[in-house]
Amino acid sequence: MRMEKIELDYPAGQAVRRRVHVGVVGSGDLEVLLEPSPDRRAHVLITTSVDGYGVIWKHVLDRFFERFEGAVSIEINDFGATPGVVMLRLEQAAEALRA
Amino acid sequence: MNGVAAPDCRRFLARSSFIELAARERARAILDVDTFRELVGPFDRCKSPWLPLQGIVAQADDGVVLARGTLDGRPALVAAIESAYQGGSIGEVSGAKIAGALELALKDCEHGRPVLPLLLLETGGVRLQEANLGLAAIAEIHAVIIALRRHVPVVGVVAGMVGCFGGMSMAAALCSRLIVTRQARLGMNGPEVIEQEAGVAELDSSDRALIWSLIGGEQRHAVGLADDLVEDDAAAIAAAVRDAFALGPPLVERSAQVDYLVKRLACIDPQRPPDAIALRRLWREGAVN
Repeated sequence: MRMEKIELDYPAGQAVRRRVHVGVVGSGDLEVLLEPSPDRRAHVLITTSVDGYGVIWKHVLDRFFERFEGAVSIEINDFGATPGVVMLRLEQAAEALRA
Repeated sequence: MNGVAAPDCRRFLARSSFIELAARERARAILDVDTFRELVGPFDRCKSPWLPLQGIVAQADDGVVLARGTLDGRPALVAAIESAYQGGSIGEVSGAKIAGALELALKDCEHGRPVLPLLLLETGGVRLQEANLGLAAIAEIHAVIIALRRHVPVVGVVAGMVGCFGGMSMAAALCSRLIVTRQARLGMNGPEVIEQEAGVAELDSSDRALIWSLIGGEQRHAVGLADDLVEDDAAAIAAAVRDAFALGPPLVERSAQVDYLVKRLACIDPQRPPDAIALRRLWREGAVN
């Protein structure tokens, strides 16, 4: 089994002040740790159990950051989640951040 | 739907499943409202250093949620195992988290500040990838449970669906009081392991009715290896936990009743092992009761 690490970077607007944790590193699922970014950009670090899907990850995160503007550091620990589940977990984290 | 089934159905729909909750939500659901305070949480990133070396993605809290809070206003410590992460297995870090938190609770107890220790057990036992380090941590957990029992009852919950196996089934057995659901399973070796080692003739691990009849929560309760059998309902389990602590320490801890337990084992003929019903009769109504 191999693991892949993927780093992505996005321009960001407003700062965030809270930390949010959702999900679990279980089969077909992932955990998302979202916290304030050290600068005015958004940073994403993905560790995934399934290698070779870098392009798909970029598409999912690109789409997420079309609507999300927070200056956050996001750590994703993935255990084979499908793109739909990834997006749901990201939306869940964003919603928890707003709550 | 007939008239008899309808109220049961409504009750089923009204309940809030505990089994479906993740570890963090389980701890939150049991503690008094708004008292949950996590120790060594995911942002502390105390994770397994060993899993990534073996190509396995590590979870930020290593699958154990520790929380301080209160139960009916009394200070409590909850250690909840996340079954969806690596089968709830106990590695070096997750085991040390549980042992360390229990040791701090023990120190508080020794200084006249009782802390109620609650274990939400959902685990296949030691994490094989971390082998001896996980086993060492489990031994520490056993030792501190026994030390804690001198001060406060130690309460365990096995809700399902993973159950509680291996070294952590010994931790469950060391608890002053154990609460189970019908969905729970409790045993040393899991059915898959037994089938793999001894063959399908010995035990068919795909026969769910058989498995639950032998090691399921209802059977474990019926033969006196668990104290309370509750429905899969967060409120019911939270109430059972409070009742268990309110009862105080048992007269004699179950694991200390060595003669009684040895007699129980002695009346079983391994050549003709009893089935589930026969075991209930043997242990509840037989000479060793």
